[in-house]
Amino acid sequence: MKRVGFIVNPIAGMGGSVGLKGTDGVYQKAVALGAKPRSSHRSMEAISVLSDLKEDIEIITCSHEMGEDEAKYFGFSTIVVWHNDSMCSSEDTIAAAKTMMQEDVDFILFAGGDGTARDIYNAVGMKVPVIGIPAGVKIHSPVYAKNPTKAGELARLYLTGNIKRLQEVEVLDIDENAYRAGHVNTKLYGYLKIPYERNYVQNRKAPTPFSETASQVSAALDVMDNMQEDVLYVVGPGTTTRAVMEQLGLPYTLLGVDIILNKQMVALDVAEKQLLGLIKGKKCKLIVTPIGGQGYLLGRGNQQISPAVIKQIGKENIIVITTKHKISELRGNPFLVDTGDSEADEMLKGYIKAIVGYKEQIIYPIRT
Amino acid sequence: MKKINRDSRVRKNFHQAKWDEPIIFELSQKGERGILVPKAEEDVVGVVGDGVSGIPDHLKRKEHPNLPEISQPRVLRHYMRLSQETLGADVNIEIGQGTCTVKYSPKINEMLAKLTDITELHPLQDESTVQGILEIMYKTGVFMNEISGMDRFSFQSGGGSQAVMAMASVMRAYHADKGESRTRDEVITTIYSHPSDAAAPAVMGYRIIYIHPDEDGYPDFEAFKAAVSERTAGFIVANPEDTGVYNPRVKEFTDLIHSHGGLCGYDQANANGLFGVTRAREAGFDMCFFNLHKSFSTPHGCGGPAVGAMGVTKELEKYLPAPLIDYDGDKYYLNYDICRDPFNIGKVRMFYGVAPVVLKAYAWIMALGAEGLYEVAKVAVLNNNYLFRKLMEVDCIDAPYIKGKQRVEQVRYTLQKLAEDTGITTGDVQRRMMDFGMHYWTSHHPYYIPEPMTLEPTEAPSKEDLDEYIETLKYIIKEAYESPEIIKTAPHRSVCHQVDERTLDEPDEWAISWRSYLKKAKDKG
Amino acid sequence: MAIKGFKNHPYIPNSVPEVQKEMLKAIGLNNLEELHEEVPEAIKLKDNMKLPEAIPSEYELRRHVEEILKKNINCKDNLNFLGAGCWQHYVPAICDEINSRGEFLTAYGGEPYNDFGRFQALFEYESLVGELVDMDVVNVPTMDWGQAAATSIRMASRITGRKEALVPKSMDKDRFLIMKNYCAPDIQLIQVDYEKETGQLNLEDLKGKISEKTAAAYFENPSFLGFIEENGRQISDLAHRFSALSVVGVDPITLGVLKPPSQYGADIICGDLQPLGIHMNYGGGQSGFIATRDEEKYVMEFPSRIFGMAPTGVEGEYGFGDVAFDRTSFGHHREHGKEYVGTQTALWGITAGVYLALMGPKGMEEIGQTIMQKSQYAVMRLNQIAGVEGSFFNSVNFKEFVVDFNKTGKTVKEINKKLLQKNIFGGKDLSSNFPELGQCALYCVTEIHLKTDIDRLAAALEEVLNV
Repeated sequence: MKRVGFIVNPIAGMGGSVGLKGTDGVYQKAVALGAKPRSSHRSMEAISVLSDLKEDIEIITCSHEMGEDEAKYFGFSTIVVWHNDSMCSSEDTIAAAKTMMQEDVDFILFAGGDGTARDIYNAVGMKVPVIGIPAGVKIHSPVYAKNPTKAGELARLYLTGNIKRLQEVEVLDIDENAYRAGHVNTKLYGYLKIPYERNYVQNRKAPTPFSETASQVSAALDVMDNMQEDVLYVVGPGTTTRAVMEQLGLPYTLLGVDIILNKQMVALDVAEKQLLGLIKGKKCKLIVTPIGGQGYLLGRGNQQISPAVIKQIGKENIIVITTKHKISELRGNPFLVDTGDSEADEMLKGYIKAIVGYKEQIIYPIRT
Repeated sequence: MKKINRDSRVRKNFHQAKWDEPIIFELSQKGERGILVPKAEEDVVGVVGDGVSGIPDHLKRKEHPNLPEISQPRVLRHYMRLSQETLGADVNIEIGQGTCTVKYSPKINEMLAKLTDITELHPLQDESTVQGILEIMYKTGVFMNEISGMDRFSFQSGGGSQAVMAMASVMRAYHADKGESRTRDEVITTIYSHPSDAAAPAVMGYRIIYIHPDEDGYPDFEAFKAAVSERTAGFIVANPEDTGVYNPRVKEFTDLIHSHGGLCGYDQANANGLFGVTRAREAGFDMCFFNLHKSFSTPHGCGGPAVGAMGVTKELEKYLPAPLIDYDGDKYYLNYDICRDPFNIGKVRMFYGVAPVVLKAYAWIMALGAEGLYEVAKVAVLNNNYLFRKLMEVDCIDAPYIKGKQRVEQVRYTLQKLAEDTGITTGDVQRRMMDFGMHYWTSHHPYYIPEPMTLEPTEAPSKEDLDEYIETLKYIIKEAYESPEIIKTAPHRSVCHQVDERTLDEPDEWAISWRSYLKKAKDKG
Repeated sequence: MAIKGFKNHPYIPNSVPEVQKEMLKAIGLNNLEELHEEVPEAIKLKDNMKLPEAIPSEYELRRHVEEILKKNINCKDNLNFLGAGCWQHYVPAICDEINSRGEFLTAYGGEPYNDFGRFQALFEYESLVGELVDMDVVNVPTMDWGQAAATSIRMASRITGRKEALVPKSMDKDRFLIMKNYCAPDIQLIQVDYEKETGQLNLEDLKGKISEKTAAAYFENPSFLGFIEENGRQISDLAHRFSALSVVGVDPITLGVLKPPSQYGADIICGDLQPLGIHMNYGGGQSGFIATRDEEKYVMEFPSRIFGMAPTGVEGEYGFGDVAFDRTSFGHHREHGKEYVGTQTALWGITAGVYLALMGPKGMEEIGQTIMQKSQYAVMRLNQIAGVEGSFFNSVNFKEFVVDFNKTGKTVKEINKKLLQKNIFGGKDLSSNFPELGQCALYCVTEIHLKTDIDRLAAALEEVLNV
């Protein structure tokens, strides 16, 4: 018997229908504007796919429309471990997910948007696999399946043992206040684990491509094999840069900036000030990776690497590491920089060689 | 008799041959024989005995290999059925394998290649006994020189990838000869060139630098300038690239490489639309290769045997794989002189290449002449642009990059809008096409163009064929909006239904041979 | 002068001017020239290419090509004793029938749904060769033995993380050159000497050269020089003692009578499929294969495609596909795509499958026996000629053997020239590639040679050598 955590953020997606670009913190306003809940409907589409596994799974969920109602509708054996009459706030989601962890769930299925994914990340981290049912206004995180049915199918494949491998995906969110004011400000919050599905249609004329993880390792090995002695390497956040640390066998922070010298750790998770101090007068190089799907190299998700830091290091000492798959996801759009300092941005503009594999580089444009 | 209404070209009643054929091992019947082997004559046996008792005991095979025992008609029938379950270019409107130039392979050429005067030739026979095949190979080389503007061809490579490898080897040899092999360690290519253009030089130890296209789909010249340096060994590129976009500034690219001391290699696997129009020489290349199994009509044979014919300028001739085929005014001969050059690249394949394939290409060129080759190029491009124009009229089909200009021999389309509107992906459409006796392929991974579909009609289809293909695609797109389920679950009228590919990735489940299947298969209730 | 095209050509349906006009109109162009506006004038040809006038009718084309081919003198009308990497065996009619089928001949990169037969036929080929070599995994064919051997060594190098491979000095020089080319720049091939008397791999030399740097010990059975390598087990054991892999190149037609290398320690087996139902084709029939055990660490290192069986959505229906989609393991990261697989020799793989299905277990045993009997008879018969040693080495041979002419006072070149006048193709002259053997030639005798053929050779040699 598998234990499936099931969380429905009942208000996710309501803001979108009334033009509010997300529901975080503006729920009352959305309701006043006549927004209708849609996450319940979408989560039902997803779990209906699991109907024939009724005998094999137990749904561990929250009361009422936060999961209980949907699960019972299909006749699943349902255990409610989180009771709350009020509407689902961020804190509720986190608390509910934490409770489920204590209940030893094998896996969590949740419906919501980017905000919900962030909450799940805060509660669960990479301890159990999850799948997101897209129901929110903002869906930037790849933790979400393409549509609710896909989410159900993926869950089904995982629960029946047909998918065994997991992959880490980014939890992204944009600042909703800024978004409402017309700015897109995406941040990388962390990583969740989802069941790994073949991303590709098999290709009968070409050899098999590297998986994303393998591509990262391949690019990381290139960086590692070309590291110079007595040069300080500033390693920015992200899974691709992390691959470098893993290949070196060093500890790392996924979201922080780490510093190494002669393949040894110098400092972990440094803040801007500390960083400036460390690199002062030293020969140093910066290793960064663009944010998936957006192409932001600097200024988003790695604000520790401030304009002052960038200017001191210099463009010629920036090593961009990514994968061909990530490049293809940019759909021809350039790398972006938004350091908040026009001088630094200007300096970065032009072309840069990005490492995309072992002994493989791509010349790619940077724009502001 | 009542009128039988056939209101559209779409083959709604198509069904591929489906024999539900067992695996050959399941046909085995103890004692059956497929063919008998000549026995040694009695006098021979009288002298040497059983012949095998001399094998040291520890090297004797004690148990027969577990091969099936099947009589001749049953073996024949089995393989005839499998052939019928294969949709080769002889039986379908083969325009869906973009980048592969699958065209009509004339049957006369097959007949000629089956003559004992070629099948029963041993490659080490005395030159005086193989004057015919040497003449064919020599003359085909001369034709290739004229078609490309290069000075010398080698047919040794067994395919395009091997030809790129040979080009990269020549590049390495050239720089080694100049004493610069250590300092020149980078090869530049483009994203939409064939992946081999990057992979093969990588085998040679080169660092690969890719150029991304600009907004119009041309290789970004500014990026190219940023890439070229004294470390550049060379540039290997296709033009047109896989998008069908021709880079009109190609000469500026090759000039820039030359000004930095590098070499330029032209991947002409996509040559079909350029015969008699422009050549490697005029575009400034030092080397090029043609796939005889693509533009020169020799059949693909499920993936070979084939020939990647590589040509070079006079200056690079001495690096080519030996032997070259030469003519002294009296007889044709295998010329090993280049082997004496210390920088000669050695061999890439046994003997001299796949001779029957060269023969078929020779016959094809002779059937067409210069005017025919020009016609091939013009019609291939006409067909492609007709298809392009008609498909771009379909709302949910698009082709990224430059609009309002002609593409050369192929186009990489995108079905992204269809996917967004209906959830039907290019992979789904691809499977559904098979229900109408057609197919296409998508593109190499990763998909720089989302939901890709790469079509290359060549000169082989008629206008009617193109219209049928277009109508069928439109029919499926209509289905995608009205009844997507039928596409999701396709194919329905093909040889088999959707394959559950998951077991193919799991070491404890995959079955790479029948014996492996028998070991791993279990009832799962 | 303007460039002219060829209207109404039978290979080009749309070369009909009226159709062209209609299609041009549909795309808004006035003439065919406008199709290539993207090609700048500066690099456009101004005149037709200088090629011979087209031969318009199929009949005349046939006559033309046949006339040229008739200048060849083939191995069917003459008596051939050449082998050395390409061998004359009998090709069953069904092999030609199947590989001439238009469907197989003209298929390429389709899905299992439309190219189902291609997938099944190649899966069956893998399975049949698998039985022959007693291994569970066989790839879709590579170019030739040389490339298969080089790839096997690269696989061994990735698996062991080492950069040296030992190869026999007795191997074919051309095959060695191919392997060297593929293994460059990072893997070094080190040659191991052979025993002067027997030709067998010199185990002392092997022990001296094998080390913790060795990725693979590669040897061939039978060797290029025709004899059976008897110390396979010792060589494999020695390789394994140094945690290196044992890689064995094999002629598959021997395996009805000879033990497959997997049974004396081989980790990777490679070889050429040409003996299995494929004509010599002037060297165009070569086709390489690689086989391993069914272990993830091996499968993941194959650069080639590997077809596998899989269920479909319908009970009782076989499906097929490419095995191991992400081959991402071990040392592969530093050299991804380094052995890029393009078009190779799939049709020969299907043909080899047909051959093995026809031959069956008995046929393979019988053909091995017939070949050994005939080649031994030839050795014996040539031994009777004064000054000629039927076999230079005193090991057991399979189909090839080194004939020693040193005591005849004549060079192999001279002898072969005279044999040719008698419509006999003598064995490959080894004097330049194996100078240590002096005037020796590698002869090949198979099931296609009748006793009378061998006797004719012997008589001709006696005449040529004036004995």
